[in-house]
Amino acid sequence: MAAIEMKNIVKKYGDGFPAVNDVSIDVEDGEFLILVGPSGCGKSTLLRMIVGLEDITDGDMMIGGKKVNDLAPRDRNLSMVFQNYALYPHLTVYENIAFPLRLANKPESEVDEKVREASKTLELDEHLERKPGNLSGGQRQRVAMGRAIVRDAEAFLFDEPLSNLDAKLRGQMRTEISRLQKRLGITTVYVTHDQTEAMTLGDRVAVLKRGVLQQHATPRELYENPANLFVAGFIGSPPMNFLPAKVTGNQVELPFGTLTIPEDKAAKAQDKGLLIAGIRPDHFEDASVMDADKVTDEATFNATVDVVEWLGNEAYAYIPFEAPPEVREQLTQLEKDLDGESMRTQLVISLDGASRISEGDDATIWVDARKIHLFDPATGENLTMDADNAGIVPGVEALAKAEEVGKEQDAVDPNAATT
Amino acid sequence: MAGKQTGKTAVGTWIGFVLIMLWCLFPVAWIISLSFKSEGETAAGSPQFLPKEPTIANYKAIIDNPDFTRALLNSFGISLIATVLSVIFATLAAYAIARLEFKGKRLVLSLALAIAMFPVVALVGPLFDMWTTFGLFNTWPGLIIPYMSFTLPLAIWTLSAFFREIPWEMEQAAQVDGATSWQAFRKVIVPLAAPGVFTAAILTFFFAWNEFVLAISLTSTTSSRTVPAQMSFFVGPDPFNPPYAQLATASVIVTLPVIVIVLLFQRKIVAGLTSGAVKG
Repeated sequence: MAAIEMKNIVKKYGDGFPAVNDVSIDVEDGEFLILVGPSGCGKSTLLRMIVGLEDITDGDMMIGGKKVNDLAPRDRNLSMVFQNYALYPHLTVYENIAFPLRLANKPESEVDEKVREASKTLELDEHLERKPGNLSGGQRQRVAMGRAIVRDAEAFLFDEPLSNLDAKLRGQMRTEISRLQKRLGITTVYVTHDQTEAMTLGDRVAVLKRGVLQQHATPRELYENPANLFVAGFIGSPPMNFLPAKVTGNQVELPFGTLTIPEDKAAKAQDKGLLIAGIRPDHFEDASVMDADKVTDEATFNATVDVVEWLGNEAYAYIPFEAPPEVREQLTQLEKDLDGESMRTQLVISLDGASRISEGDDATIWVDARKIHLFDPATGENLTMDADNAGIVPGVEALAKAEEVGKEQDAVDPNAATT
Repeated sequence: MAGKQTGKTAVGTWIGFVLIMLWCLFPVAWIISLSFKSEGETAAGSPQFLPKEPTIANYKAIIDNPDFTRALLNSFGISLIATVLSVIFATLAAYAIARLEFKGKRLVLSLALAIAMFPVVALVGPLFDMWTTFGLFNTWPGLIIPYMSFTLPLAIWTLSAFFREIPWEMEQAAQVDGATSWQAFRKVIVPLAAPGVFTAAILTFFFAWNEFVLAISLTSTTSSRTVPAQMSFFVGPDPFNPPYAQLATASVIVTLPVIVIVLLFQRKIVAGLTSGAVKG
């Protein structure tokens, strides 16, 4: 087991395509790190540079305090689970798991012992003599993990290991991976584009955009204190709502009405003109299902609900609004960055399951104004971020730099969407 | 689908099947039948299909013929060596073409194709001259080398197609698991390309086994003459009346190994061997 340090890692392909730009991330010994971002953000490239399948253009890759830039994959002693498992179809499950040990010329007794142990951990005992072709997706996934855990690797690397499984199995395997990692206590780097996996699995999460690190923090820090619009929009489901806002004193003027926000937040956002306010769907509530003493006029507004999706424990209500052009442009760009479609500007709010609001109703909605974030529309920077609880933020220029790199990438290959 | 419709289709399929089988196999059946006829019966000009008095005298005679057994040995030796070498070279070359980026890759491929299209006969003259100079005339290597050069292009094309089908990740996984490039190639890539390797081997073996023009031109004695060439020396006492029965017998005997080899290799050519490597 070992810590992994990435120092100013750069990857530029032969055609000049800049895939990873000056990324520095420390993974502590035994830590579970998630690399997350939309497709094309360079997360897989970064992982492949750790394992040695991609050359490093610039920067230092340190594993266990040793520089490994020029080492071949086999000399780095890392194990990896590939997106499509990459099992050896001509070998049985047993031989697939034993493969790394056989290459290391381990004695037969040790091979057998370790393979049996791994297969027991992953409940593969009854499949050992079968070929991968006859296994289900989840079983193949477990074989791939068996091959990874069978030897004493310095670290585990996962490249979107669950993306080929159906939703139910994905949930089960996610828990399984988490349990396994906790039990073995081994340094793990896990690549995903799924923010749920990022939030649930990681000790810390590194969010990348266009090869530039945006924020490196715990899931909670990312959720509560996103560094910029991109991180805010990426983490959380349904995503954070972005609304045009004007701050005067401690009053925030939103399309639906005016809210009172805490002084410290207001102070950071004075005299900035038009801003973007970010409020998570679960920071809204139907005023009629709340305790009366919590609901005040400063924290409520009235709006006509367009669509309601009732899920039992909660309900999502959609309220369309008009955004001024400068904000809309920024939001459209953000949608694109997040691999989404730019659609109508609308507010998504999460209501208690007990709420009786239905489509077309004029409802009174309460907002938790303490949780509001204010972003600078020009730079995307979160003005109200609590820097002490936001993990590592590379700086306000990260987002602007990603834009720049994006343009460079588009110049090389307009259709690039490789992860 | 209605049962009647499929029934009709099945009947049609079978009629077509039988017609094609008759068309293809009738000459073979005729040769087999001929090989069991006595010398007198073939000379009498009686074209009945089944032999009147089946005899195995022809087989006895041909197995006792030292020229023929020697030719059979030559054929086996030359074809097998040419096949093994050709497959080894083709595997390495095809791997390089499928996996590596290097200058002149297209040139190598087009050149290989050009060689494959070159008529064999056109090379007989130059090769004869060269081989007599180099002392390769009438030797095993003298046939093995041209056979290899004529079969390599096809083998390379076949194999590089197979290699391209194998996901890159298989090899990367092997490298991460601790394999050197050579180990990854030998333990993962070659086994996965086995169907391609066997296809290439069969094609090469057939070419070498059946080749006649070079075999007759580049040999002078039975020390290296292969069966197809040797058969042209079965003339018998009367040049206008060759020993048909013996020729047929020799044909049957040279065909047998080919059938055996196809059946053996066919088992190895399991379609879809790579299924299960990746997501399903």
